[in-house]
Amino acid sequence: MAVQVRPAFEAILEQCSELAEDVTYPSVKRWREDHPGGHAVGHFQVYFPEELIHAAGMLPVTLMGAGSRLEAKQADSHIGSFICSICRTSLELGFSGRVGFLDAFYTTPICDVARNLAGIWGRNFKGMTAEILYLPQNANAKQAVPYLRDEYARVLAELERISGRPIEEADLRRSIGVYNENRRLLRELYRYKRETPWLLSTTEAYVLAKVGTVMPREVHNEILRSALAEIPNREARRQDRVRVVFEGGFCEQPPLDMLQLIEEACYIVDDDLLIGMRWITDDVPETGDPLYALAESYFERSTYSCVQHDDRKPKEEMLLRRVEESGAQAVILAAAKMCEPGLDEQVAYQKTLEAKQIPFLLLDFEEKMTAFERMRMEVETFVESILFD
Amino acid sequence: MPEMSVTQAPAPQKEGELVGRGRRDGNRLFKEWYAELDAAAESGDPSAYVFVMGSAAEVLKAFDLNLVFPEINSLQMAVRKVSLEYLNKAEDYGYSTDVCGYVKADVGMHLDGRKHPNGRIPKPSIVVATNMCNTYVKWVEIWQRMYGCKVFVLDIPGQRGIGWSTEPGSEQFENDRRYVQSQLEELIEACVAVTGKPFKIERLQENLAHVNRMAADWSAVLKLNQNIPAPFNAMADGLTYMGVLSAYRGTETGARYMAELREEMEHKVRLGLGTIAEERFRLHGVGPACYSYFRRFLELFQDWGAVYVNSEYLAYAGGGLDLGIQFDVERPLESLAEQLLITGRRSMSNMFFSQDQLADTVRDWKSDGIVYHSVKSCRTVSTGMADSREYLTRIKDVPALFVESDLVDPRLWSEAQFKNRIDAFFEALGARKAAALVAAKG
Repeated sequence: MAVQVRPAFEAILEQCSELAEDVTYPSVKRWREDHPGGHAVGHFQVYFPEELIHAAGMLPVTLMGAGSRLEAKQADSHIGSFICSICRTSLELGFSGRVGFLDAFYTTPICDVARNLAGIWGRNFKGMTAEILYLPQNANAKQAVPYLRDEYARVLAELERISGRPIEEADLRRSIGVYNENRRLLRELYRYKRETPWLLSTTEAYVLAKVGTVMPREVHNEILRSALAEIPNREARRQDRVRVVFEGGFCEQPPLDMLQLIEEACYIVDDDLLIGMRWITDDVPETGDPLYALAESYFERSTYSCVQHDDRKPKEEMLLRRVEESGAQAVILAAAKMCEPGLDEQVAYQKTLEAKQIPFLLLDFEEKMTAFERMRMEVETFVESILFD
Repeated sequence: MPEMSVTQAPAPQKEGELVGRGRRDGNRLFKEWYAELDAAAESGDPSAYVFVMGSAAEVLKAFDLNLVFPEINSLQMAVRKVSLEYLNKAEDYGYSTDVCGYVKADVGMHLDGRKHPNGRIPKPSIVVATNMCNTYVKWVEIWQRMYGCKVFVLDIPGQRGIGWSTEPGSEQFENDRRYVQSQLEELIEACVAVTGKPFKIERLQENLAHVNRMAADWSAVLKLNQNIPAPFNAMADGLTYMGVLSAYRGTETGARYMAELREEMEHKVRLGLGTIAEERFRLHGVGPACYSYFRRFLELFQDWGAVYVNSEYLAYAGGGLDLGIQFDVERPLESLAEQLLITGRRSMSNMFFSQDQLADTVRDWKSDGIVYHSVKSCRTVSTGMADSREYLTRIKDVPALFVESDLVDPRLWSEAQFKNRIDAFFEALGARKAAALVAAKG
């Protein structure tokens, strides 16, 4: 009788961590080797309808900077001083040739810096499509969905040109199905974090999610299924820790060390890390016009972020809901240095939490930071003030 | 492109009255505009907060809404040397030092009861933000929280990439136009709700006709600066002209002002009058000035005999009227949507994909070089500057200077650093011109 040995959770995690954090993109390179003539398309944070790329048989890759693992040597001479780190190191990935495997690069109008990336990318990396996907900024316009559907069709036509093959509706539906499954698995991952955070830390969930940004989603789905199957078997005891929401990781990603030091004192029971992967909160319909379904889902089945204004989703109320639904006692309001949307929103969140008498801690971070002693002290003091209040 | 010719007869006014009239009248109109805002703050008449890039003034003025331009308010605080106290108020409230100074100066003013050095500012009844600067959208959320006012984001899809363009009538353009036009219809509904007034299409048509006249004359004024010497300094005088362009867009007063400004500039060209004794260098500006030290900023260039003959700022912060757009008043909404797309794209493209357009402008205005002034407050205009400079110097052989400070935050101004870089730039530019002269003589 054959004995089936399930891969240990730690082994999966270790492998994901290596792949997710490696800015030489080994998984993408391997995919290119396995798919001669294949194409890879990069996109910047926060949300991009990867189903379009996937349906073209291409590999979507999220560019989200490089943390402290890459110095912006060349990018610094192409971009002003007052710009966030994620944009600098994302450009450095291009200048250093690390993402030379890309056939196209897309950015979206999430902020003033991100829109500029298309121009800088296009001027410097010839032979590669460099465009803005104009996600609608009037989320409340009656024509926003039809407009976005047409904008997706425009991008799809460009992807067809690059891939050299037509993309049929059936291809799109198949990709929507794969991504729906991916989002379901990610929701399951977050359920563990929320309900039994001692079984799955945020750092672990983050790594398991992030690895999906550099590999085909079918493979990522396999990884998530394997990991999810292992989580209930983990041996971990519940501890008396403060439950917090981490808000401020929608674009530039905090260093793993920062998340770990917070988790030494708290359970992070919900967050907006890699929110683009979880932007759509329910299944995208797999019937009807797939482009329309994706466009409609962008507005109607989606979460919130400070890079989208939607009168139906006041961000302070959405944060309060996140706190309530996760059973959090407090909030860590983080913002990346030089990030206009994040820093603006931080003030609004702060005022709301003050009014509601919900404890919060303000933290500034940079993806490339490596010294955390002061932050550790701030977090410990914050937690003690809650525990002994 | 040929120089703009001067065809009109000499103006009847004495030279002393005509020269400098644009600046004098501009300053007077500005005072009158602030006085109207002060009166509106007292009476409670409805006001709209809008931005210089895509103000939708044509629609809003059809409802007699007072227009408040927060960017101009913040700029004025800097020019009057009081921006720092407002910045401090906003920072004490919680805003980071890394947040846009325009936003913070405005927040400080609101926290101070909307008392502006130029007069009181009315509360917003409705605010309209275009997507031409992303920070606009974050900014309007602040007022929405403060006042609970109606927020309308007017989304104008821009150029998607380098070399990407669409023409009216094409499928792509029409997709985008339908989206913009539909939003204009929703904006009109919002204005009806806010003001309680009915929408009269003839009022919109009147406003569009005023803009047609204003745009034609403004475009001509800009082209007159292709003459040597240039009749006005795009960075100094241009700021006054642009202020009128925004505040009086869609009005008879604004249209008349621009016609008279054209008359003044044609007169100066005819007489060969420039802005300084000897125009040694002609510059193209990218980015705004440092308004906290505005006079000094300008002097550092004028001391070298340099004149700004054009500026990207006049294009995007002037609402795109530099193109001399003409609305078809017989189909007002459709035409407004079309022109918003064309001018909005042009404005955004000037920031994100400007390199080839910039090279053409430098050639047509006979500029000796470009000055890129990157400002911390405005990442929309500043992010791509260093790269654009690198591209233009390397690929197009256009001399360029890159300096950094801020629009309104005096803490970010370093005169010694500025002066060193400017001096070195002009020394190199002078040597280049001398070498070109020698080469031309054979």
